[in-house]
Amino acid sequence: MAISLNWVNDYVPVKDIDPVSLANKITAAGINVEKVSSNNINNLVIGHILECEMHPDSDHLHVCKVDVGREVLQIVCGASNVRAGLKVIVALPGAILPGDFEIKKSKIRGIESNGMICALFELGLEEKTEETYNKGITELDIDAPIGDEALEYLGYNDTLYELDLNPNRTDCNNHLPFAYEVAAVLGRSVTMPSVSYQEIDEKVEDLVSLNVLTSNVSMYNLMIAKDVKIKESPDFIKHRLEVAGIRSINNVVDISNYVMLEYGQPLHFFDKDVVGDEIVVRMAKPNEKIITLDKEERDLGEDDILITDGNTPLCVAGVMGGLNSGITDKTKNILIESAIFNPYNIRYTSIRLGLRSEASLRLEKPLSYEFCKLAIKRACHLLEKYADAKIVKGIVTYDKVDKTEKIVEVTSKEINTILGMVVENKDVERILTNLGFSYKYENDTYTVSIPNRRQDIYAQKEDIIEEIGRIYGYDNIKPTLPLIRTKKGEYRENVKMRKIVSKRLRSLGFHEIRTYTLTSEEEIEKFNYQFGKSIKLLRPMLKEKAWIRQSLLPSLLTVSEYNKSKKNNDIFLYEIANVYHEEEDHYKESTRVAFLMTGKYLSNTWNALDYKVDFYLIKGMVENILDYLGLKDRYTLFLSDNLPKEIHPKINSEIKIDGTPVGYFGKLHPNVSKDDVYVCEIILSEVLLHKSSDVKYQELNKYPKIEKDVAFVVDKNIPAADILKEIKKSGGKLLTDIKIFDIYTGDKISSDKKSLAYNLTFEDNTRTLTEDEVMTLFNKIILNVEEKFRASIRDK
Amino acid sequence: MHNDKIEEISKSLEESFKGISKISDLENLKVLYMGKNGQITLLNSLIKDVPNEEKKEFGMKVNELKNTFNTNYEKLKEELEQKEINEKLNKEAIDVTLPGTKIEGGSAHPIERIIESLESLLMSMGYDVVEGPEVEKDLYNFELLNLPKGHPARDAQDTFYIKGDEYLLRSQTSPVQVREMLAGKGEMPIRIICPGKTYRRDEDDATHSHEFTQMEGLLVDKDITLGDLKGTFEEIAKMLFGKSRETRFRPSYYPFTEPSVEMDISCFNCNGKGCNICKNTGWITVGGAGMVNPIVLKNCGYDPSKWNGFAFGFGIERLAMLKYGINDIRTFYVNHDIRMLKEFDRREY
Repeated sequence: MAISLNWVNDYVPVKDIDPVSLANKITAAGINVEKVSSNNINNLVIGHILECEMHPDSDHLHVCKVDVGREVLQIVCGASNVRAGLKVIVALPGAILPGDFEIKKSKIRGIESNGMICALFELGLEEKTEETYNKGITELDIDAPIGDEALEYLGYNDTLYELDLNPNRTDCNNHLPFAYEVAAVLGRSVTMPSVSYQEIDEKVEDLVSLNVLTSNVSMYNLMIAKDVKIKESPDFIKHRLEVAGIRSINNVVDISNYVMLEYGQPLHFFDKDVVGDEIVVRMAKPNEKIITLDKEERDLGEDDILITDGNTPLCVAGVMGGLNSGITDKTKNILIESAIFNPYNIRYTSIRLGLRSEASLRLEKPLSYEFCKLAIKRACHLLEKYADAKIVKGIVTYDKVDKTEKIVEVTSKEINTILGMVVENKDVERILTNLGFSYKYENDTYTVSIPNRRQDIYAQKEDIIEEIGRIYGYDNIKPTLPLIRTKKGEYRENVKMRKIVSKRLRSLGFHEIRTYTLTSEEEIEKFNYQFGKSIKLLRPMLKEKAWIRQSLLPSLLTVSEYNKSKKNNDIFLYEIANVYHEEEDHYKESTRVAFLMTGKYLSNTWNALDYKVDFYLIKGMVENILDYLGLKDRYTLFLSDNLPKEIHPKINSEIKIDGTPVGYFGKLHPNVSKDDVYVCEIILSEVLLHKSSDVKYQELNKYPKIEKDVAFVVDKNIPAADILKEIKKSGGKLLTDIKIFDIYTGDKISSDKKSLAYNLTFEDNTRTLTEDEVMTLFNKIILNVEEKFRASIRDK
Repeated sequence: MHNDKIEEISKSLEESFKGISKISDLENLKVLYMGKNGQITLLNSLIKDVPNEEKKEFGMKVNELKNTFNTNYEKLKEELEQKEINEKLNKEAIDVTLPGTKIEGGSAHPIERIIESLESLLMSMGYDVVEGPEVEKDLYNFELLNLPKGHPARDAQDTFYIKGDEYLLRSQTSPVQVREMLAGKGEMPIRIICPGKTYRRDEDDATHSHEFTQMEGLLVDKDITLGDLKGTFEEIAKMLFGKSRETRFRPSYYPFTEPSVEMDISCFNCNGKGCNICKNTGWITVGGAGMVNPIVLKNCGYDPSKWNGFAFGFGIERLAMLKYGINDIRTFYVNHDIRMLKEFDRREY
């Protein structure tokens, strides 16, 4: 689909403007010209064959004397139809034909040849087929002016614009609306094409009656053209359709397409003698069927608009005609339809049937009723002119179009304020005039009426201001900053939490990744920790992307495995993302952070320094983050048997804050990974609910501290944290720090026992402690632990 | 006679210091002269034999001798100690060219880097950073944004619906704007940016992704102009792509803004001469924007005769692809190679 400048020139003169600079101007006004191309070939002229003799040394070549205006050239030609008297297209030496084929003076079997007599297909203007090949060289009209540029004479020398339009201005894919834009940027006016014709003495309403039974039609016009002669289209129509990418069929069918490309109003032609004398437009019934033009049987439904003859479906409105009602070689009388349907129905039907055409695409957009009426008349004009049609008097119309004129009031001040640039009144007026908008100016206010062809404009001042701005040029806008009160920008609470955790993880050596939210049915159940009901998309594109995930770990694991396959063994990854599940009457969002670590955390190859990731490292990471969030002493990390089956049952911890579970960490189950991979997932939105306070500085203790060491021998299965808790309880306020400094199992103690050595720090920030009171406390601690855990003190 | 003794010691002293190269020898020398039975110490016992009138002078000379010894001793001791330290340092020499033990830093995802840059600029201009749900109501994603049911741009072909036509995966971050305006109840001025994940029914390829990231900005206040939008965009363009970037607005269309514009920057690769990156136009489109459509203001409870504002939106992947020279959008979501991620462990300019 492209715009032909030759065609545009019919409505507004553009031949005096450089096509590229015109394209730039139009683009700056918002009608984006994506590509400018020209089909011009130099040194291609009209010649007159004066003499044509057989080549002395060939049984098919001819030697011709051709008058090309400034001289008479001898040219050897092999076409079967070459003969004296023809007007032909001559490529002179220097002409470059498609395929980089340069014409040069040469000798053909000893005879000098100074050019080439061409066929259209050799110029790339027609497809090369057996038919076009057999036709031989192109025979021009006998009155073609000798020596003139051949392409120009044929109307083939043209500049084409390929457009990339905004969705509200697809009307500019048609030549008249495009011409209005050209007129607006050039300050010229548009000449409308002729819609005049002779009417014969028959009335259309005597030949056809119309009954519209659905509110999904806003306008429906019918006219009749009789006694048409079906033949080939004139060259200019053929060529112009070709530019638009529409194949030429015959003069009648081509005219319906031609008018569509002028106004943007699709027409439909019925064979009047087939359809009879009644047209009924209604919605299709459930399970109704029609065989369309392409011989396919189509199932219809209640949202499809149908044109019928009262009984039989004739056409799926705006989408495709029925098999028998269309134009054939034998058609004599045509019933012409020009209509505006509900765009939503056309869009729905064409998508459902997979039949999106140039016509349906246009009918999917709001159309101008003025153009709807002009287009049908324009078709009659062309049918009379190029198909010898006789036009029946009158028009049958169904018209429910709301014709309220769109009127907008806007002041010059409003224009300048919103655009942020000064547009003088004279410029405003010039632009409105060039756009074809009529206006009144009173009390510094413009009252603008919007022409019906501009269906994209909504009746509000901003729409008019945009029109003025885009034609005046946004390059004239001076950049400023808003004159509003200063304030500090802030992260909303949940965003802040995410940023804090993200930055902390980065500083701990984790790399952030982002993976897909959508996942497969298989993955959706993995790492199930506090999942709700999973959400499935209504119409997924792929089954691998049909569900909304609830855990980030499956994709983290995928990335980890990808890295393993690339021989990257030290992997530290995290992701923070939102996950969703379904609840009774709404969808619940929560934010999760997940991280994964495997390989060496710290290493140096030459000195065998090697710190491998283990459970205690990931635990340290979790503690680091929770402490950083100000939650120190408020969380617990204990082994849990409620964690996802992908987690090692004995090497894990659930994270609870103030007693509420918020996540977990641990080693991956060997069924999931053979490698030592440690993962953590925390529901950040839960963590956020546990408010923490700001740093409060504690003055450091000036009084000396006293340290004591003790080692307990206890049963192997007693957790260190339980003993720690007891020590803490017994030690009270004066015991300020407890460190485990040794864990021992082995020969020196019983095999079902372990030894845990603790370093205890006692201090008081108000005084110096005495050895005696510390020893009393220390002994009490020992006694309590011994009693509670059946522990014994380990001496050396 | 007594004086001769002093003279003799004084002479030998000078010689004694000369040969010493070790601290232990120096200490022995000290014992020899200054120890209990040291030569200088012993001089003190001679004083009783010195005639009274000479005692004072003799005492002074002995002191002088002591001082001379001590000065020489201290000086040499310091020299020798320094020498010993130097020897030790030499012995400690290592090969400093061996690789360091590097504590690896983590990195922000390229998308996050761009978002953080934009946030820090726009927060300094008073914009709050707000997020909203990805599972969203049709009402907020489309309807209130002047995209009524049946509007081609909200086609079921393009959007992932979840339940009937009521809930969907948001196709843009604009619903966050709607939520903010509804929360502002037509009374509060608004200045927000909302980065986040969005979804469309696109087949994944080098330039399309069914999941992608947008960041939109919304400013609702009084007497805001298209010039203010251009100025704001210029700040963003220069921050992301360099101070010498020029900016341009082209007319465009979005249902939620009027007028609407495309935001272009002069090509950072060729500075406008024309190259592959800018498809020989000299300009690169980086986002869309416009003045908030009064219909949208009204839908969200703001009286358009009192309030106006602008909205802008960027595809973060596109910005990241341009800024870092990434050619395939899938790079952001799949096959995160650690080596690639490590490239981003560097400060943002």
